[in-house]
Amino acid sequence: MSAPNKAFDPVSVSSLEPAAVDGMVEAALVAISAAGDLEALKAARLAHAGDRSPLALANREIGALPPAAKAEVGKRMGQARARVRDALDARTAELEAERDARVLVEEAVDVTLPVGRRAMGARHPLTTLMERMSDVFIAMGYEVAEGPEAEAEWFNFDALNVPPDHPARTMQDTFFVGTEDSGVVLRTQTSPIQLRAMLERDLPIYVVAPGRVFRTDELDATHTPVFHQIEGLAIDEGITMADLKGTLEHLATAMFGEGVRVRLRPSYFPFTEPSAEMDLECFVCRGTSVGDPANPCRTCSSEGWIEWGGCGMVNPRVLRAAGIDTARYSGFAFGMGVERTLMFRHGVTDMRDMVEGDARFTAAFGIEV
Amino acid sequence: MRIPMSWLREMVPLPLEVSAREVAERITRAGLEVESVETLGGGTSGPLVVGRVESIVELDEFKKPIRFCQVDVGAEHGGVRGIVCGARNFSVGDLVIAALPGAVLPGDFVISARKTYGHASDGMICSERELGLGDDHNGIMVLASGQVGDDAMAAVGLGEDVLDIAVTPDRGYALSVRGVAREVAALFDLPFDDPGESLAPLPAPSADAAPWPCSVDDATMCELFTLRRITGFNPAAPTPEWMKRRLVACGMRPVSLAVDVTNYVMLELGQPLHAFDGDKLRGAVRPGRAGSDTTFETLDHVRRTLDATDVVIRDDTGVIGLAGTMGGLNSEIDDESTDIVLEAAWFVPEQVARTARRHKLSSEASRRFERGVDRVLAPYASARAAALLLEFGGGSYDGMTAWEAPYAPIAISMSADLPSRTAGMPIARDTVVSLLERVGCRVEGEDDLVVWAPSWRPDLTDPADLVEEVVRLVGYDHLPSRLPMAPAGYGLTRDQRLRRRLGYALAGLGVDEILCYPFIGSTELDALGISPTDRRRRGPVLANPLSEEQPMLRTTMLPGLLAAVRRNVGRGMSDLALGEIGRVFLLRDDQSATGVTDPPRPGVHGRPSDEDLETLHGLLPDQPRHLGVVLAGLRDQSGWWGPGRPADWSDAVEIAVAAGAALGAHLRVEQGDGAPFHPGRAARLTLGDQAVGWAGELHPRVVAALDLPPRTCAVELDVDAVLALTEDLAAAPRVGTQPIAKEDLALVVDASIPVSAVEQALREGAGDLVEDIRLFDVYVGPQVPEGHRSLAFALRLRAPDRTLSADDITAVREAAIGAAAERFGATLRGA
Repeated sequence: MSAPNKAFDPVSVSSLEPAAVDGMVEAALVAISAAGDLEALKAARLAHAGDRSPLALANREIGALPPAAKAEVGKRMGQARARVRDALDARTAELEAERDARVLVEEAVDVTLPVGRRAMGARHPLTTLMERMSDVFIAMGYEVAEGPEAEAEWFNFDALNVPPDHPARTMQDTFFVGTEDSGVVLRTQTSPIQLRAMLERDLPIYVVAPGRVFRTDELDATHTPVFHQIEGLAIDEGITMADLKGTLEHLATAMFGEGVRVRLRPSYFPFTEPSAEMDLECFVCRGTSVGDPANPCRTCSSEGWIEWGGCGMVNPRVLRAAGIDTARYSGFAFGMGVERTLMFRHGVTDMRDMVEGDARFTAAFGIEV
Repeated sequence: MRIPMSWLREMVPLPLEVSAREVAERITRAGLEVESVETLGGGTSGPLVVGRVESIVELDEFKKPIRFCQVDVGAEHGGVRGIVCGARNFSVGDLVIAALPGAVLPGDFVISARKTYGHASDGMICSERELGLGDDHNGIMVLASGQVGDDAMAAVGLGEDVLDIAVTPDRGYALSVRGVAREVAALFDLPFDDPGESLAPLPAPSADAAPWPCSVDDATMCELFTLRRITGFNPAAPTPEWMKRRLVACGMRPVSLAVDVTNYVMLELGQPLHAFDGDKLRGAVRPGRAGSDTTFETLDHVRRTLDATDVVIRDDTGVIGLAGTMGGLNSEIDDESTDIVLEAAWFVPEQVARTARRHKLSSEASRRFERGVDRVLAPYASARAAALLLEFGGGSYDGMTAWEAPYAPIAISMSADLPSRTAGMPIARDTVVSLLERVGCRVEGEDDLVVWAPSWRPDLTDPADLVEEVVRLVGYDHLPSRLPMAPAGYGLTRDQRLRRRLGYALAGLGVDEILCYPFIGSTELDALGISPTDRRRRGPVLANPLSEEQPMLRTTMLPGLLAAVRRNVGRGMSDLALGEIGRVFLLRDDQSATGVTDPPRPGVHGRPSDEDLETLHGLLPDQPRHLGVVLAGLRDQSGWWGPGRPADWSDAVEIAVAAGAALGAHLRVEQGDGAPFHPGRAARLTLGDQAVGWAGELHPRVVAALDLPPRTCAVELDVDAVLALTEDLAAAPRVGTQPIAKEDLALVVDASIPVSAVEQALREGAGDLVEDIRLFDVYVGPQVPEGHRSLAFALRLRAPDRTLSADDITAVREAAIGAAAERFGATLRGA
C-alpha cells in the first residue's frame, strides 16, 4: 500500500487507473456469473469483493492520490464496487431461489397417505335429530321443556285424561316401576312433560319437549321398547286448529323442504280434543308414486303420505287439571316418534340399528343430520 | 272391526258406483281408520259351483284314507263328476263347493282334471282356507243350504270386499255394522234407518210361559239387565249359510246356531249377548261382585281365581259368568240345549275393564263394554236375537225379565261458535246443529246450544267432544293454516346448552355416541364388583320387566356400554370409544325398590295443591344424567407413522377432564380406588369437595367376568352434579404482558406421593407469580433412591407489573421447593 500523500504530490497510482478498475470489475462479474452454486458464489465473493480482493486493495490506494484527484477516483471506485455488489446480490438471489426450489421438491410428500391416527367421533343421529327439530321451535320462540323418565302415573295418565281402567291405558303397554300399584311408571309418552310445563311455567306457554319413552314392546325391525318422541305445546289466548296446522307445516318445511304438505285425520288421544293423526306428504315422491306401479316409492310404500304423529287441541280437562282458565286459554299439542322420523328421513330400514350401539351406525351420521 | 260391504249396503243405500275403497277413504278421513280393504277369496275365479255328494268310495290302500266321490254339479256343468278328496268330514247328500277344471283358487292355484290315487279327479271340493275365506282347513266346507249347480262364488261371499277398521277407544259405537253404517250415511248424506231403534216383532208368550227371573245385586256395575227365554229350541238346527259367511267374513268362527246368533247380533248392532242353557241354571240370574266366591271356570276352559271385586253373573249355584267378558263352562250352551236364556245387559265400562284386565282376558264382549255399549240397546238387541233364534231354531218365546236403573242422557252446554273458534275457520250455527243431529244428538237453543248425546255415544260428554264431531264432519282438510306468535323466548337453558356442548366435545375426542336400554340385572352389578352396600345396588325395579335377567333400572351407565363393546367386538370392531349421556335411576334412602302401595291420586278437576305435587315428586327416584364412556383396543391407530397406541387409563382421565371442561368445570383428578376400576389405575374426579365421577382402567376381574378386551377403560361422570357445582359466569383472566421467566426444577419424592399433590404444593408455595406449572418428566432409576422418583417441573413465572429480577425468581423457586419439602420431604435433585 502506498504511503499517504500528505505532500499533495501529483502521484499517479496505476491500480486506480480507469482501465485497471474496469478490468477488476469485469473479472469479478465473470466469476460471479460463473458461480454455479452458493458455495462457488461465496468463493467468488471472497475473491472479488472481500477485504483482500483487487478492488478492495485498489480502493485503499485512494489515500495516495493528491487531494484534488481523490473525489473523482473515489466516486469511480464506489461505482465499480457497487456494480460488483449488485451482481453478487442478484446472483445470490438466483442461486437461493434455485436451492429453495430444489429443497421443496425433495421435501414433497404424498398427501393422500392416510392421516387418521384417531377417527373423529360422532353423535347418535336420534340425539342430533331431536336437537335439530327442537331448534326449529326455538327459532319461533319456544323453549325446551324436560321431565323425568320414571314418572308419576298421575302425570303420565290421570291428569292427561286417562283415568284408571280407561281402555286408553292399555293402548300403551306400560312398564310399572316397583309394583303395578306404586303410582310410578316409565313414561309411555312425552306428554307428561306438557303437564309439568303447564304447572311450572307462566302463561302463555310455548314449549317443545324431546325425550325418551318406554313401552313393553319386544325389539324387532319396527318396534323398540325404548324410543324417543318430540312433543310440542302452545297455550295462549285464541289458539286454534289453524295454528296447529300452520305450525306442523312449518316443521315439515324445516325438516323436509319447501312445499311438503301436512294432512290431519281425525283420531283419538285422551289428552287432546279434537284429536288428529298427522300425515306428511311423501317428501321423496310427493305423491307421484300413487297408482303408478312402474315407479314405486320405498319411502311411503307408494301411499303418497307418511304417518308422522298425533296432535290436537289440548283437552280442556287437561288444562283444568293444571289449573288453567279454559274460558280464556286454549292450546294445541303434537308429538311424533323420533325413530320413525329418522327412519323415513334417512332410509333406516331396521329399528335395531338404532338401539344396538353399533359404532358404524353412529359414525355414518357424523355430528349433524 | 271387519265390515263386509254387502252388510253395510243393506243398512245404507249406497249407490253401487261407490266402491269399498271410496267408502274406506271417506270414513278414514272422518276418523274411522280403515287399515285395509280385503277382497274375500281375492284371486279366485270360476267355475266354482255348489255340488251334492252322490256317493263315496273309501280308498284305503294309501298312506292316508282317501275318498273317491261322485258329485252332482248340475247338468249345465257336466252333471255327476268323479272327484278325489282327502277330507272325511262330509257324507252322502251333503252340499259342497266344487272347483271345476279351469277354476283358479287363491295363490294362483289352477284346478285341472288329473289322475290321482288311481282315479281321474275331475275337479276339487274345497275347504274354507282353500277358498281364502278363513283359516279352517280341518275339512271341506259343507253348506247348510243351496241349489246344485249354483254359482258358489256368490253363495259363500267370494269377491266380497271387507273393510278392516282400527277403532279408537272413544268410538265404541263403530264396533258394529250399525255404527259404521250411521257414519257412512252421514258422510255420504244418505238416509239411515237405525236397526237398533226398532223392536223386532216377537210372538206373545203363552199364558203359562215362564220367563227366567233376574235381579241385580250391585247397581254400581250394572245399570240394565235383561233375560229373554226360548224353550223347545232345536239344538241341531243349522246356522243359515249367509249368517255363517258373515261371521267368517268378520273374523269369527261359526259354532252353533245359538252362539252364532248372539255373535251375529253383536256384530250387527254392537250389543254383546250371552246365551245360557236354561237346564243348567238354578234360580234368578243376577249380576254382582264375586265376593267370597273364589274360583270359576270360563268357557275357554281356564280355571280363574276371582277377586272379591270382580264383576260376575251368578245364579243360586254360584258364579256362572264374568260379567261382560266371558260366560262359564257350567252354564254353556251345548248340542243338546233346548232351553235358551239370552242375557243382554249394560255393564259399567270401568268395571268390566278392571275384571277383564285382572284376568288378562280380552273378549269381543269386553272390548265393547269397556268402550261403552249403547245404554238402551239391550232389549232391542235381544229381541232381534230371539227373533232369529225362533226363525231358524224354532221353539217358543217365553218372554223377558228386566232390571234397569234410571237413565237420563246428559245435557252439554256449548256456545254455537265454539267449533268455529276452535277450528279457526267460520262454521255457521246451522251447520253445527245439523252435523250434531247427523251423529244422533238432540240440539236445542240458538247461540247457546244445549246438546243431548245419543245413548250410543258415551264419549260425548264435553263441549270439546262436540267440537270434534263438527270439525271432523266439516273435514280437517278445510282447516286454514296460521302460525301463532310466541313471545320472545330465551333459547336453551344453560344446562341444555352445555349438555349439547358436551355431546360435540365427546365427538371431537373420538367418542361415538350410542343409546343403550336402561335395564340392568344384579349379575351385571356382580360382574362389575359393586358391593352389596353400594348405592348403585339401590335401583328401582320394574314390576313387568322385558327380561327377568334385567329387572332393574340402571344405576350406572357402564353395563349397557360394556355390552355394546362386546357386541361391536363380536362384529369385528376392536378399537372402540363408545359413550352415552343418559339418566341413571337411584332410590333415595327413604324409598324402597317396590315403591309405595297406596300412592296419592290427586283430583284432575283443578290444579293439585303444592303438597300433592310434592308428594307425587316424592314417589320418583333420583334420575341424574350421567356420562358414560368406554374405551377398548387402540386409541391411536398404527400406520405409516408408526405403531398404534392402546387406550389406557390416561385416555379415560383425559376424556373425563375434557368432558368437565365442556361443561365449564375444572375437574380435580385424585387417586381413587372403587369398583369397577383397577385399584391402582383409577381416578376419582372431584369438584369442590364432591366426587362427581370416575375414570380409569377397569379391574382385571371385571374385564374377565364381562369378557371384555384386555385393559378396557371407562369414564362415568355425574353431568347434573357437575352442572350444579359449576359457576355460571367465568371471570376473565388478567393477561400479563411483562416478560416471562422460565424455571425448571426436579424434585425427588417418595413414589407414593401423587404428582397432583406435589404440583399443588409447588403452586401454593410459589404464590401469585406462578403463571403455570407443568410436569415434563418422571424418572425412576439408579440415580434416585429406592422407592422414590424424580419429578421434573417447568415453572412459568410472570409479574403483572414488572420484569422479574434474579432475586424474585430465586425467592419463588425456593418458596416452591420449600413447600414441597415441608409437605412431602421432597429434595431438589442433584442438590
